[in-house]
Amino acid sequence: MLTLAANLARPSPRQFSWLKGTVFLLCLLPLATIAWTVSSGTAVNPIEYLTRALGVWTLRLLLLTLAVSPLRWLGAPGWLLRLRRMLGLYTFFYGTLHLLSYLWLDKFFDWPAIGHDLLKRPFITVGMLAMLQMLPLALTSTDGWMRRLKRNWGRLHRLIYPLAICAVLHYWWLVKRDISQPALYAAILALLLAWRLWQRWPRRVQ
Amino acid sequence: MLIRSPDDILPSDITPKDVYLNRRQFMIGSAGLLLPATALAALPARKSPFSTTEPANSRSEITGYNNYYEFGTGKDDPALYAARLKTRPWHIVVDGEVEKPRSFGIEELLKYPQEERIYRLRCVEGWSMVIPWIGFPLSSLLAQVRPTSKAKYVAFETALRPGEMPGVARRVLNWPYREGLRIDEAMHPLAILAVGLYGDVLPNQNGAPIRLVVPWKYGFKSIKAITHIRLVETQPPTSWSQAAPDEYGFYSNVNPAVDHPRWSQATERRIGEFLKRKTLPFNGYGAQVAQLYRGMDLVKNF
Repeated sequence: MLTLAANLARPSPRQFSWLKGTVFLLCLLPLATIAWTVSSGTAVNPIEYLTRALGVWTLRLLLLTLAVSPLRWLGAPGWLLRLRRMLGLYTFFYGTLHLLSYLWLDKFFDWPAIGHDLLKRPFITVGMLAMLQMLPLALTSTDGWMRRLKRNWGRLHRLIYPLAICAVLHYWWLVKRDISQPALYAAILALLLAWRLWQRWPRRVQ
Repeated sequence: MLIRSPDDILPSDITPKDVYLNRRQFMIGSAGLLLPATALAALPARKSPFSTTEPANSRSEITGYNNYYEFGTGKDDPALYAARLKTRPWHIVVDGEVEKPRSFGIEELLKYPQEERIYRLRCVEGWSMVIPWIGFPLSSLLAQVRPTSKAKYVAFETALRPGEMPGVARRVLNWPYREGLRIDEAMHPLAILAVGLYGDVLPNQNGAPIRLVVPWKYGFKSIKAITHIRLVETQPPTSWSQAAPDEYGFYSNVNPAVDHPRWSQATERRIGEFLKRKTLPFNGYGAQVAQLYRGMDLVKNF
């Protein structure tokens, strides 16, 4: 038991690739359940379900990505940090599918109607803003871009904070009346952002 | 050895003599309580020329995807929890600006000549269904109480039963749910009180035991589980227009030209279809109801 725990905290390269593979498959699990629900016909309004479920999982993965640093601070093993890029890329993957379900299944690529939505419907505007901010983060996620951008890479990737706020607003402005679900996600995001502010707060050196 | 005295047997523990003597009858009677609550009674109805010829949605679609916030805000909450609502005994009080205010028992209303009305239902959220309701014109109920000349509007109220309705614990809306119609809308032959669905009495999640159906308006106008109908002189407050006055108006006629502030109303997804349909003015009932609104600005009176 003890060795297993020790191994989990400090896995060998071989064990780490197993861990990585497991997390990779776990992240595909929501997509698999969504696909199963849609194809089995258990959802009365499958297209609405598909769009909503993809959106909710985008938000969950986004918050999970943002939770890596505070979890690390709370004592989570170091390999979690090495999985953060994958979590971020999965966020982008679910977000892209979510956007695609709107563009295709909701609007059938009716570009004038989509343009109208973008200008007139604040929840669509902020949703698209969140996706647009995610795009450069996904593109520059490779080791090569990290090296090329040097310090600016970190600066660029701070875009995750405004984009997370946009994503929560997108959900909040969409619901008709019962805001309990978006409020829950907003509270978690507030906590994750507050921890970062608190970390950066200048403290007097003892 | 302690022998317990028999005086700890309470008189209430003893089966009454008449029940004891009729114990077999008592058991047979109790068996009825074990029948599943979903076993619905058939309700005969004649066909109506007001019915659409479009194919109706399936019973499982109609009974599994509902907006009925008294039982929760999820679409599947009503199917999960509405069985808790006790629909017998049930009375509707009809009063206000009428000559003969009175209360109607549900059994009496079920004896009215019933018609099957296959109507389109368009939800304000952008989806639609075709539903084979069974009911009778609202006007035939209103005629019995003799509305006075002061009766300009009709106000409806849903039952409020915190013990049976888990959703009302949260003030998502201003309970009890309220809706209203102008008197000429209420007297229109398309406006019905529905007591059945698909040949049976109405399932609880669809508004049992009695609900309003106004097919040319967004679904939320068709108030469920009605306990009170009041005829009034001024436009009554309604739950959704109280909750968000800029999003849900008193009239709420289906209108593809007037968008909800947060989404378009130009198209709709008919449940079970892949492609979206164009939404029709007055949900396709314009030929019958458009004259009710002649000269009115329907953008202002949304």
